[in-house]
Amino acid sequence: MNYEFGLYVFMLAAFVGFEMIRKVSPLLHTPLMSLTNAIASISVVGAILISGAGDSPTLSRVLGFIAVVSATTNLVSGYLITDRMLKMFKKREPAQK
Amino acid sequence: MNSAVPQVAAEAFGVYQALYIVAAACFILALKWMSSPVTARRGVLTAELGMLLAVVSTMMRHEVVTYQWIIGGLLLGAAIGVPLAMLMPMTHVPQRTAISQACGALASALIGTAEYYRTFPTGFTMAALMVETLLGFLTVTASCMAFGKLNEMLPSRPITFKGQTFFNLGVLAAALAVGIAIVMDPHNTMLFPVFVLLALIFGVLLIIPLGGADMPTVIALLNSYAGLSACAMGFALDNKLLIISGALDGSSGFILSIIMCKAMNRSFTNVLFGGFGQVQTSAAAGEQKPIRSATAEEAAQILASSSSVVIIPGYGMAVAQAQHKIRELSDSLTKKGVEVKFAIHPVAGRMPGHMNVLLAEADVPYDKLIEMDDINGEFGMTDVALIVGANDIVNPAAINDPASPIAGMPILDAYKARTVMVIKRGMSPGFAGIDNELYYMDKTLMLFGDAKSFVTELVKEVAAA
Repeated sequence: MNYEFGLYVFMLAAFVGFEMIRKVSPLLHTPLMSLTNAIASISVVGAILISGAGDSPTLSRVLGFIAVVSATTNLVSGYLITDRMLKMFKKREPAQK
Repeated sequence: MNSAVPQVAAEAFGVYQALYIVAAACFILALKWMSSPVTARRGVLTAELGMLLAVVSTMMRHEVVTYQWIIGGLLLGAAIGVPLAMLMPMTHVPQRTAISQACGALASALIGTAEYYRTFPTGFTMAALMVETLLGFLTVTASCMAFGKLNEMLPSRPITFKGQTFFNLGVLAAALAVGIAIVMDPHNTMLFPVFVLLALIFGVLLIIPLGGADMPTVIALLNSYAGLSACAMGFALDNKLLIISGALDGSSGFILSIIMCKAMNRSFTNVLFGGFGQVQTSAAAGEQKPIRSATAEEAAQILASSSSVVIIPGYGMAVAQAQHKIRELSDSLTKKGVEVKFAIHPVAGRMPGHMNVLLAEADVPYDKLIEMDDINGEFGMTDVALIVGANDIVNPAAINDPASPIAGMPILDAYKARTVMVIKRGMSPGFAGIDNELYYMDKTLMLFGDAKSFVTELVKEVAAA
């Protein structure tokens, strides 16, 4: 029953994603990709749960730790570079020197 | 664990569940605001807020009891991530995206593995876990391969061999078979490493037959896989926030790769199973045709005396790092009263939107960057089309020659301009390995040289003209 609910959530979110992305102008495709790439690092949630759980065996804890590191790398660099890119997109400057 | 989950959810709809919902809303709003350059930075901020909420509220959950690993991991990840983002030159954005994808996918693959050895789940949870692990591990190696090709550490030409498609599908089928066997009998731990190995190998095989021109599609597709892997993790851990965020990323990567495929007039399967590789030999042979070349001085005079110029950048501009010089050229032509625009083909460069980012970096205002469909009607009234490091995206063979491997690919109609100038290192064909009849037209001037130094000279000559 719970899975059925999850599948509905998945379907709705996928449709929302499709509709949103279709409207993004090609101008912003690169920052868009780095942003969605950063959002995918939401897997850090799973990584936190694994490496913070009380009953994790050592193997799981080590894997969880590596997962936290790599997800955070993806997250931090993804957000920072997206912002760095977007800062560069400017409309025509008001007056030429 | 399975039976405990619904109870917990029912008895305590606590703070973290509420924050998860807010986080999911943040991600959706972020994507909405990404649709315009005016609101895009607000979008990034909102996505950051969503991620912060997700991380903090997860740390508040009662399942999380030890913190030293988490804090250490977060700090170490940030220490790697910050320089990766701040020091990376903009021309290397495709490479950075590939590494970042590999990191994200590695995280979800490892979480799947850790969860398997921790709980040995059964049924649907186990199946979701296998999907997560499969997509995760194959994206790791595929992204690393893509990185190698983008960074030219590996040959960026497609590598094909007989029976490749068959072999690749065989590996995938084997991975799926092993995966199903594990789902049937989760305690058969011997099979799990085999499964991981097959997934890793399939990721490598997926990229081998692809060439540089396929990279925009592939990067988008791998983005989609990484998202779907996170989404499958959401099913395995019964976490709706993961399902939503993963689905957003999965669908966005997927739709971008479809847009890229359309821009090359190739089908999805054609990109994935190699199309351009076979053509190279047939195109290479051909008699020497006459071309006209010109010096920077001659070219600058034509440019300065024209009234409209459309600049068409391609991957060659990125390689030569010529974007700043091109902006200077555009500025000095504008000062002389020439109307300058930039025509951007959807697959120019190595990832979706690559050219836009580079030109934005060079301070070209974004309202001068015109999409293919909007500018194609104007080429007939354009005095000079200046092509910098682009080839296949302006090749009229796509329209004229039905036998050409790029037949039907939408191109920028540069051949309609009164004069065509092509800045190019030499006469070697582009990534698709196809000769370009544009170079042999009477109105075409070939400007041989490195894009950056040639444009530098053009700037000087235009200023003097």
